[in-house]
Amino acid sequence: MIPAAFEYHRPTDIASALATLREFGDEARVVAGGHSLIPMMKLRMAAIGHLIDLQDIADLKGIRIDGNTVRIGAMVTQQELIGDAALTRAAPLLRETALQIADPQVRAVGTIGGNVANGDPGNDMPAVMQCLDATFTLTGPGGTREVKARDFYEAAYVTARADEEILTAVSFTVSGGGHAYEKQKRKIGDYATAAAAVTLQKDGTVCSAASIAMTNLSDVPVWSKAAADALVGTACSHADIGNAVAAALADIAPTADNRGPVEFKRHVAGIIIRRAIERAWSRA
Amino acid sequence: MKKMQMTLTVNGEAHELLAEPRELLIHVLREKLDLTGPHIGCETSHCGACTIDMNGRSVKSCTVFAAQANGADITTIEGLGAPGALHPLQEAFREHHGLQCGFCTPGMITRAHRLLQENPNPSEEDIRFGMAGNLCRCTGYQNIVKAILAAAAEMNAVKEAAE
Repeated sequence: MIPAAFEYHRPTDIASALATLREFGDEARVVAGGHSLIPMMKLRMAAIGHLIDLQDIADLKGIRIDGNTVRIGAMVTQQELIGDAALTRAAPLLRETALQIADPQVRAVGTIGGNVANGDPGNDMPAVMQCLDATFTLTGPGGTREVKARDFYEAAYVTARADEEILTAVSFTVSGGGHAYEKQKRKIGDYATAAAAVTLQKDGTVCSAASIAMTNLSDVPVWSKAAADALVGTACSHADIGNAVAAALADIAPTADNRGPVEFKRHVAGIIIRRAIERAWSRA
Repeated sequence: MKKMQMTLTVNGEAHELLAEPRELLIHVLREKLDLTGPHIGCETSHCGACTIDMNGRSVKSCTVFAAQANGADITTIEGLGAPGALHPLQEAFREHHGLQCGFCTPGMITRAHRLLQENPNPSEEDIRFGMAGNLCRCTGYQNIVKAILAAAAEMNAVKEAAE
């Protein structure tokens, strides 16, 4: 499988990457790890005249933890997320999620920036970023702007990022409490049939705050405020969690595909969401 | 399309070569450098037969453009051992029947080599998790896991003896 010919660019700073992106417009695409884009190019489902490789841009690398604020450069790989002890102490949800993405070789190359910017409903980090109420930094010819993960996804592969912008970093505030990312997949390397990210805060015996987001259960990640509201103020009993699951299921719109019919996906989603809430609560 | 001049250090040797940007690393290794150890299995980044070591990471070379590897330091199965001087992993795969048809073996061993550097004392579970990107249609994995456990023990013993 040989992709169509393209010209290759490897800029060493964001300004030159943006200039190349602007020069070639629609024909240009940036590539991070490439493990979503390159397969599409090999299948000739993506035709790209100019490929802009971001690997040499130092400003896109690195994880910075400053008090309660975490900032992760777009080119940080899943493997680097998994291996970062300080990040795991601050936000263990990321490591738990990254370990469930693809396989070791893909995690060695695949990046958080690619995972969130691609807009594939199957990517896992978008729901995690929505769960954490993360902010994405977009840099374009006019400067830098920030977009909330919860406002970023518009449809499958359609996001708030403009063609001439690059997603340069993700950042979020650490809230502590319990967390879980639960994912059902057919096999290693597959996208989720259903997955859910949950964070919960506990005050005494009562849930004082909650956030629940889901992967691959709609054409965009789904953050369910109703599901979180169903848990806040409760002791997360079996029945309380049942109410949250029902609220979450009311917010999704799965479609039938080779992972199963809609009814099956809703069934799996119900189980996965419950497990994620139970595990997060047990850690809160 | 214009070819690009690139430098790859493969198994310790620097190579200057010309390739189109769209050429995949696996094709350059196999066809331009005659390193046919890394295999083309699924060609869709699932099976791991094309696994190589690139800048200290296990990578599926069917999903990397040679242009992206320009300047990289690469190790293939050819760089790990030689006939008559097998790497402990190769020796252990032979001893424990970690291969049958052998098609997945170069990728298995190259990945296992990196895994043992990431974690020199893996449990059986660590090995199964760490080798999850490599598929084998013959062995059922049992003997691959045994071989990697045995190689880890052997390599640790040699290291201890040297200290």
